[in-house]
Amino acid sequence: MPGLPDFPAHGTLTFAFDAALKGAPLPAGLTATDPAEAERRFAVYRNNVATSLIEALARRFPVIRRLVGAEFFAAMARIYAEDHRPTSPVLLEWGQSFPDFLAGFAPLKGYPYMADVARIEYARGLAFHSADAPPMDPVRLAGADPYALRLRLAPSVRVLHLGHPAVSIWLQNQPGTAPGTVAPAGAEIALILRDRAFNVPVRPVTGAEARMVEGLGRGETLGVAAEAAVAADPDHDPQPLLLYLIGSGAITDLQETE
Amino acid sequence: MKTLPKAAGLGFKPDHFAAIMAEPPALGFFEVHAENYMGAGGLPHAQLAAIRADHALSLHGVGLSIGGPGRLNADHLARLRRLCDRYQPESFSEHLAWSSHGTDYLNDLLPLPYTDETLALVCDHVDEAQAALGRRILIENPSTYVLFEQSVIPEVDFLYEIARRTGCGLLLDVNNVFVSCTNHRTDPRRWLADFPLHLVGEIHLGGHASEELPSGPFLIDSHDSEVADPVWTLFTEVIARTGPLPTLVEWDNDLPDWSTLRAEAARAQHILDQGEHHLARAS
Repeated sequence: MPGLPDFPAHGTLTFAFDAALKGAPLPAGLTATDPAEAERRFAVYRNNVATSLIEALARRFPVIRRLVGAEFFAAMARIYAEDHRPTSPVLLEWGQSFPDFLAGFAPLKGYPYMADVARIEYARGLAFHSADAPPMDPVRLAGADPYALRLRLAPSVRVLHLGHPAVSIWLQNQPGTAPGTVAPAGAEIALILRDRAFNVPVRPVTGAEARMVEGLGRGETLGVAAEAAVAADPDHDPQPLLLYLIGSGAITDLQETE
Repeated sequence: MKTLPKAAGLGFKPDHFAAIMAEPPALGFFEVHAENYMGAGGLPHAQLAAIRADHALSLHGVGLSIGGPGRLNADHLARLRRLCDRYQPESFSEHLAWSSHGTDYLNDLLPLPYTDETLALVCDHVDEAQAALGRRILIENPSTYVLFEQSVIPEVDFLYEIARRTGCGLLLDVNNVFVSCTNHRTDPRRWLADFPLHLVGEIHLGGHASEELPSGPFLIDSHDSEVADPVWTLFTEVIARTGPLPTLVEWDNDLPDWSTLRAEAARAQHILDQGEHHLARAS
């Protein structure tokens, strides 16, 4: 603001306060009615910041929390939160680097699939909050030439190529399900979208199906995208995937070219 | 611009959406935290639009860091502006606190010393927010757990000066008054006697947790339980002086069922009704 001085004093205080939240000594001047209690009272802020961020991560990564247990999750999330503070007051965007953090977190070295499960959970959060786009009336598809037809996918639609069987693990760790046995290796592909009821299902798809969704997303015509998928896998049948996208409300518009 | 009805309101929680839609309550208003509605679309906006269609709305920000150093976050101001444009809330309020440091967002309402320097800074931020949002905003008194040797201005005077210099209104959180005064061994009635009640645009009531320190009781603003009896008493005394005001019962953690929340709102409404009778007799 023109005409106003900088505020180094307050900036210095908040800097010291933030450092104290991470364990540094209390900022100069911070006290209490009984100064001997200042440390104990300041601990409320330490606890509020840590707990609120741990809870925000737990809401975003419930399957990771279930897989590692609440206690382990809280300890791990506390470390993540200190080193990867949110950079925006909009916490629903926070946690993008959590999968990579898990991949490099030494105590999880024996669980290489964790990062992929976290990628699914983060992508689901993005899909849940993504922009609205009303579904297209499927009647408009009738009689159209697939090679002249471009479908617009909803902003929620995402394809994740995962090095581990993370879709199977995610599906087996939903509330109310008993954990089953998953083959320890094998790549999987997740199709994530937000459906008409605002649910965000995770669907395992084949490489050919992923190719088709990605082609449609790039603006290929339905004919070209389906053909490329069949080229990738001669057994590919475009129909079930297309019906799934339409049924979920994930196709929002179409364009017919001459 | 319309203002909030002078009646009891509740925080809107998605868990209660179905119950609210099944039987729309006769509440003064609903309040939401602005930061929970900053995604592009989806269920949160669909629910808030449905709630807003039937009720007055208070938008309550927790992330603007009015009491922080430096400029306000321009991206965040723009997001708040978009929300205000979209939902046309009857009220927008924020806190006398800071929550951002540099690029870090700390997700808590942190205390500041009350000095000439911080007063000028906060007023500057309130001016900036009111200009960006195109409306008068309310600033809420905080719950605090520590003091600063640097502080030279009493909290009540600090809040009054913010309102006087910027033209903003005040949000009186009676639970925060009780929590802070108990923690700092001062008298909440004295605090309220000095407070400029004519500037209050909304009241907050909420539950707190209690611990015992060597020096005496230590209260934490937890929003996870019923409003405590001493807070109801202070609220009743305030309303006897002011008449009815828009009054929110806050309950954000360990959420109870909808009927329990409604009972808390009904208790607040009863006190507001008594206040109206009291004022009518006095005039």
